[in-house]
Amino acid sequence: MAEKQAKKEKIPRQPMPEQNPDERRRNFDEVPLGYDENTAVTEAGRCLDCKKPTCVSGCPVEIDIPAFVKAIAAGDYSGAIGKIREKNSLPAVCGRVCPQEIQCEGECVLGKKGDSLAIGHLERFAADWERMHGTGKLPKKAPATGRKVAVVGSGPSGLTVAGDLLLKGHDVTMMEAFHKPGGVLVYGIPEFRLPKDIVAAEIEFLEKLGLQIELNTVVGRTVSLDELFEQGYDAVFIGVGAGLPSFLNIEGENLIGIYSANEYLTRANLMKGYRFPEYDTPMALGKNVVVIGAGNVAMDSARTAMRLGADRVRIVYRRSREEMPARAEEIHHAEEEGIEFHLLTSPVRFIGDENDRLTGMEVLQMELGEPDESGRRRPVPVEDSDYVMECDMVIIAVGASANPLLTRTDPEIWLDRRGYILIDPGTGKTTKKGVWAGGDIVTGQATVILAMGAGRIASDSIHNYLSWGW
Amino acid sequence: MFEITEREVLGDGSIIRNDIRAPRIAQKAKPGQFVILKATETGERIPLTISDTNPEEGTITVIYMVVGKSTVLFSALAAGDVYQDVIGPLGKPTDIEKAGTVVCVGGGTGIAVLYPITRGFKEAGNQVISILGARTKDLLLLRDKMENVSDELHLCTDDGSYGLKGFVTDKLKEVLDSRTVDLVIAIGPVPMMKFVSRLTAEYDVKTLVSLNPIMIDGTGMCGGCRVSVGGETKFACVDGPEFDGHQVDFDNLSRRLAAYEDQEKQTHREFCAIRDAR
Ligand SMILES: Cc1cc2nc3c(=O)[nH]c(=O)nc-3n(C[C@H](O)[C@H](O)[C@H](O)COP(=O)(O)OP(=O)(O)OC[C@H]3O[C@@H](n4cnc5c(N)ncnc54)[C@H](O)[C@@H]3O)c2cc1C
Ligand SMILES: Cc1cc2nc3c(=O)[nH]c(=O)nc-3n(C[C@H](O)[C@H](O)[C@H](O)COP(=O)(O)OP(=O)(O)OC[C@H]3O[C@@H](n4cnc5c(N)ncnc54)[C@H](O)[C@@H]3O)c2cc1C
Ligand code: SF4
Ligand code: SF4
Ligand code: FES
Repeated sequence: MAEKQAKKEKIPRQPMPEQNPDERRRNFDEVPLGYDENTAVTEAGRCLDCKKPTCVSGCPVEIDIPAFVKAIAAGDYSGAIGKIREKNSLPAVCGRVCPQEIQCEGECVLGKKGDSLAIGHLERFAADWERMHGTGKLPKKAPATGRKVAVVGSGPSGLTVAGDLLLKGHDVTMMEAFHKPGGVLVYGIPEFRLPKDIVAAEIEFLEKLGLQIELNTVVGRTVSLDELFEQGYDAVFIGVGAGLPSFLNIEGENLIGIYSANEYLTRANLMKGYRFPEYDTPMALGKNVVVIGAGNVAMDSARTAMRLGADRVRIVYRRSREEMPARAEEIHHAEEEGIEFHLLTSPVRFIGDENDRLTGMEVLQMELGEPDESGRRRPVPVEDSDYVMECDMVIIAVGASANPLLTRTDPEIWLDRRGYILIDPGTGKTTKKGVWAGGDIVTGQATVILAMGAGRIASDSIHNYLSWGW
Repeated sequence: MFEITEREVLGDGSIIRNDIRAPRIAQKAKPGQFVILKATETGERIPLTISDTNPEEGTITVIYMVVGKSTVLFSALAAGDVYQDVIGPLGKPTDIEKAGTVVCVGGGTGIAVLYPITRGFKEAGNQVISILGARTKDLLLLRDKMENVSDELHLCTDDGSYGLKGFVTDKLKEVLDSRTVDLVIAIGPVPMMKFVSRLTAEYDVKTLVSLNPIMIDGTGMCGGCRVSVGGETKFACVDGPEFDGHQVDFDNLSRRLAAYEDQEKQTHREFCAIRDAR
């Protein structure tokens, strides 16, 4: 990738140093090691500082990219991170997990003739520099307003709402069902892609700003929305994510050895099952693993299985390579780590032994037919092409949908046909007075930065409400 | 942090009762619901049914059998010690109604789960017949409490050390033969619930069972607790834990409960060896 140097450019895109694939496929340490100062300055020097920076329009929260990059080029790292933080409160996270190639970097003019600027890597550099060298000085908060806000769910949307409203002087309490805050950032995305220390540092920062966190609190069960208002909260933000795992609904799905990606990754990440027996939660150790699906969740599951000692890990996906929804970098990393891709292949049923333990999966070969409503060519089965893939573990990563646990407890919250919360897109307001929503529970599983963007819209509206009324 | 306010060892020493300070849960919990507990930072999330609540004191009661590493760890906690995390109340409450004559069948620690449900049915004005069974006398829990909330109480032990010698299904058959029963609730080991359901199916009496598959979150996000009911996949933590016993695939449940058997045995053994060496 980075080697291909366009003629006009003097400096090539600086490659990200990474752990070597042979080693990292068996450990949980972070894969990309981060730019050092020299590399960061060199890469930042490639930016053309465009008058009309197209990159900015590719960033859902419109970070002033040329400004922060220029600061890095000048060695002013603290200025750089200050610029980023004006728009993005989780830069160390976004620099690592944003699908940059279809967002900021996808719109960078350098990308037209050669390699786009490594905006994500530079954002990560600035954020990591701040964590290591920053003054730790807290930003100034507006005077206390005495208004109380409850944020339900501690994923990126909730963290954004909390950060914004704390700075505006409101009292914020976050309620999280799990015993640890962070949402998908802690239970879903693995350590080797997003070290948990980084998420913990972001949350600690908010706690220093005054955030109260109530863990082990399942809103809808432990406490209802109406009770929150009775307790004196003036506004509630719902950012509970799209946590309901989808299954395939085919024969044999309840055999032992078949997991939802949610279960598999939660055991590994949140419960630290990969450190069993130091941690008490056991993990199934598949030797011959098949992962169904081709999004980020599938890549994370496959790479986790490889790290837990699998001999063979295969990704099975019913469409072709172009349709794979995962970030390009993750697909590339997975391939380097020896994960095989079986594309245009569709599961038909699971096969088990007399103890209900999985032994194989029957699949059907597909070919691309006519385009469907989404414009993608629809996969159609090839006749008589079915065969059995031997395997002792299957991880199903074909998506997630809205968890009804909270939303069904309050009829004043209107939902769409699929159970996602209906909001006014300009404000994030739900149909219930005083309640906002955003992130995956509104859009379905999307991205960290989009959830944060939704949090920003809602926090602006909540602040308006607390200042002026509904 | 959730403090243990009282601890009691029951039966032969393998069953423990904890009263835990958890005011929000104590306010809200209804019969049939459960909590998930985690003792320490490195601990596992373990589901236990809420056997009783005391909203004034802000405490809940759990009663558990010491079976593996996590419950051994729990059993080492004394009054005054804390659970790091307690989450709940989870699961759907029991649908308590006035059905007429209700038979409550409990086995082992299932009796602890059955107790608040039995009380609920009694308070709703039903004629309540309770049948409790255990391997041996010491394991017959909550006899007095169950007696207080039942119109009739029958006790069975496998070894005949107390009450009738035999299984709860023997006594249940007698009851079903002698009068009209409107509802049966069976809570205990999987084989017990399976055989009770098989029997009541012959008599066409509606039967509720409480399922205990392996759980992690207890909120419907992992799918680990899935059970097959009437050919459909259900998540026991949010769709249950109670289901129509005539529809449940008990054999699949039993096998899924053994999914981590090797690792559980290994860690339990190693843990006990380290503990005993100290
Ligand atoms: C494995 C995986 C990998 C991913 N990789 C990427 C990636 O590389 N890049 C990217 O941009 N995006 C990625 N995503 C998507 C991204 O993580 C999500 O879009 C984003 O986290 C959504 O944020 P959110 O704020 O809506 O909620 P979430 O992050 O889903 O958090 C919701 C939180 O609410 C809590 N909650 C739920 N119900 C309740 C309740 N009733 N009461 C209290 N709390 C509750 C949950 O426990 C959870 O902690 C990935 C997702 C997964 C699962
Ligand atoms: C809704 C529900 C309510 C329950 N209520 C009670 C109760 O009131 N009293 C009681 O004694 N027991 C109850 N159980 C069972 C209890 O959770 C298990 O005995 C306990 O998890 C065993 O953990 P361990 O580490 O000590 O044993 P292990 O050696 O790890 O496991 C022993 C067996 O317990 C089961 N088990 C293991 N981990 C879990 C888990 N995370 N979730 C569920 N089952 C697991 C497995 O079948 C395993 O083979 C309940 C289970 C559920 C799902
Ligand atoms: S937040 Fe994401 S999209 Fe925006 S500049 Fe940073 S990496 Fe690019
Ligand atoms: S489009 Fe590319 S080159 Fe232009 S300012 Fe943005 S990052 Fe720099
Ligand atoms: S325990 Fe995870 S879905 Fe039920």
